[in-house]
Amino acid sequence: MQIRCPMILQFLFLVLLIAAAGLFAKNISKIRRNILLGRDLDLSDQKGLRWKNLLTIAMGQSKMATKPIPFLMHLCLYVGFVIINMELIEIVIDGLAGTHRVFAPMMGSLYNFLIASFEWLAFLVLFACVVFISRRNLIKIKRFNGTEMTKWPKSDANYILVIEILLMSAFLTMNAADAKLQFLNVEHYIKAGSFPVSAFLQNILPNDAASLIAIERTCWWFHIIGIFAFLNYVPYSKHLHILFAFPASYYGSLNAKGKINNMQSVSNEVKAMLDPSFVPVQTESPGRFGAKDATDLNWKNLLDSYACTECGRCTAMCPANQTGKLLSPRKIMMDTRDRITEIGKNVDLHGKDYNDNKTLLDHHITREELWACTTCNACTEACPINLDPLSIIIELRRYLVMEESAATASLNTMQSNIETNGTPWKFANSERANWTN
Amino acid sequence: MEFKVPTMAQMIADGETPEILFWVGCAGSFDERAQKITKDIAKILHHVGLKFAILGTEESCTGDPAKRAGNEFLFQMQAMANIELLNAYDIKKIVTGCPHCFNTIKNEYPELGGNYEVIHHTQLIQGLIDEGKLKASNGEFFKGKKITYHDPCYLGRANGVYEAPREILQQLDADLVEMKRCKTNGLCCGAGGAQMFKEPEKGDKDINIERVEEALSLSPNIIAAGCPFCMTMLSDGVKHFEKENEVQVLDLAEITAKANGLS
Repeated sequence: MQIRCPMILQFLFLVLLIAAAGLFAKNISKIRRNILLGRDLDLSDQKGLRWKNLLTIAMGQSKMATKPIPFLMHLCLYVGFVIINMELIEIVIDGLAGTHRVFAPMMGSLYNFLIASFEWLAFLVLFACVVFISRRNLIKIKRFNGTEMTKWPKSDANYILVIEILLMSAFLTMNAADAKLQFLNVEHYIKAGSFPVSAFLQNILPNDAASLIAIERTCWWFHIIGIFAFLNYVPYSKHLHILFAFPASYYGSLNAKGKINNMQSVSNEVKAMLDPSFVPVQTESPGRFGAKDATDLNWKNLLDSYACTECGRCTAMCPANQTGKLLSPRKIMMDTRDRITEIGKNVDLHGKDYNDNKTLLDHHITREELWACTTCNACTEACPINLDPLSIIIELRRYLVMEESAATASLNTMQSNIETNGTPWKFANSERANWTN
Repeated sequence: MEFKVPTMAQMIADGETPEILFWVGCAGSFDERAQKITKDIAKILHHVGLKFAILGTEESCTGDPAKRAGNEFLFQMQAMANIELLNAYDIKKIVTGCPHCFNTIKNEYPELGGNYEVIHHTQLIQGLIDEGKLKASNGEFFKGKKITYHDPCYLGRANGVYEAPREILQQLDADLVEMKRCKTNGLCCGAGGAQMFKEPEKGDKDINIERVEEALSLSPNIIAAGCPFCMTMLSDGVKHFEKENEVQVLDLAEITAKANGLS
């Protein structure tokens, strides 16, 4: 291995690497802290089934297949991302040690095969990104619009795609310049790699070694600094799903979709009411019934909100949304994430007990949205990673009804009918079996 | 009814135990349209000689609409009282005439102490067909008729029951046509989650209108349903389009009863 760049660049690389990794770790731990601001929930059961869900749903992308074209495009990005990033190991070693293509001599022809694979995948990633960016901006696809798709979420999606296009272009240009330098037998540029895609770029590059070295080095640094920067963009972006899809699908519900959780705190009270000798199961005091703010939700709800990539399949399938109501399950997820992030910032700036006089309910999610839900589970079915907007809606409704008694008048009538007659309608229970006459 | 439908209280008094409890549900008990479905379920049970009973006036709302509206207290009050009654009668197996009751008893009662084998009436009917107990001897009534089936959310997505209702229809010589939004992609009728008991939020149109529009685009003779709430919403939608003379909305129990000459 020959030393081919001055020590100062190796040092600079080390500093950038530590800064990028450190900042990323700090931001992720902040998100983890935010998620744990939610209520406790024990999901340590059925580990085997949970791993299976992680492997099939997150890793295997099984639920993406319902839409074949986005599935294939997304698969290009996903496989490309995972496999091309293997080369990062080499890039990092090269950067730290001042080497060039450090793995080439020890891997022989396997190295050529890998580099060729990376090139083809980079091409597929480029292709998919161009298709995605066109779909988002040229074709009017309903689910990419909607009230919650304001300037930032739309820009966020475009930024991600543009960054990926730039990174892959730099990667291929770098390879093209490298191949030409190898051909020119320029010192340090050992004969290594196979370049089936970037070969087409060689003609547009200059032929003198000095310019080629400048291009190759610029692209190399642009690519790696771009990756460091992107890594630190991800925690602020919907792109966080590349990481959080895994825990979200692991911790996803294992019950029939129709099951809504029973509140243990309520069971205790109801049992005590029915049987005065009842000794309640010890549970943490709920503070309030249901959720008014994001911290009243459980940590799984909050994890879901960070895992959401705003694809909008939930909203596209929601019967309320399809018929022009305000409710959008995607907005429920985004509002929850925005609010818990806001609370996290408040904790950082003003301490844990700071009250900003805002809540998830009303300041982010309106009552009209909540009451439009039919609990039909179209949203949870549509979500490619089994996120659960419905449980957030139910928690907010629970607060409205049990803490504020703020159901609509007709729902109050329904409830009082159940209380007095045992049926939601105004019939006398004595008439229940009249149909048998 | 031309035969006596026994209550649990009567059966116990006579020293008998039923093979299955028929949980009628509030809609099936009180709603005039749904009562017809209830009667047909009872006729089917009677026809195949299954020993069944109802709870009669001892039955009470499962608590589904209260729970989904957010009133967990009221839900659990209802649930625990029902469970106490069902356990006192030592009930093992329940068939429900409503997917909401089915879902609640099956999925939400066990944690509160109510463990039963719960099936929806479409599953019971499918089982009876498989056993050869229901023959669709009068099936030519449906021959060549175009039928589309609307998946109730609480039967389909909520509990994964998509095939039993369709197998009932396939047994007839009818022409089963699927709406684009069916099975896992089925569109709600608009009544779930306590919406049945309130006015919808403002929007471009009501959900049941959207759904019936989709069904009518297939020009069916019959829209088949398996839920009393869906029945109300779909029937209202068909009336909205003034198609009630051309398109019938029928529950699978009614279709089965008709096909077997029971109604």
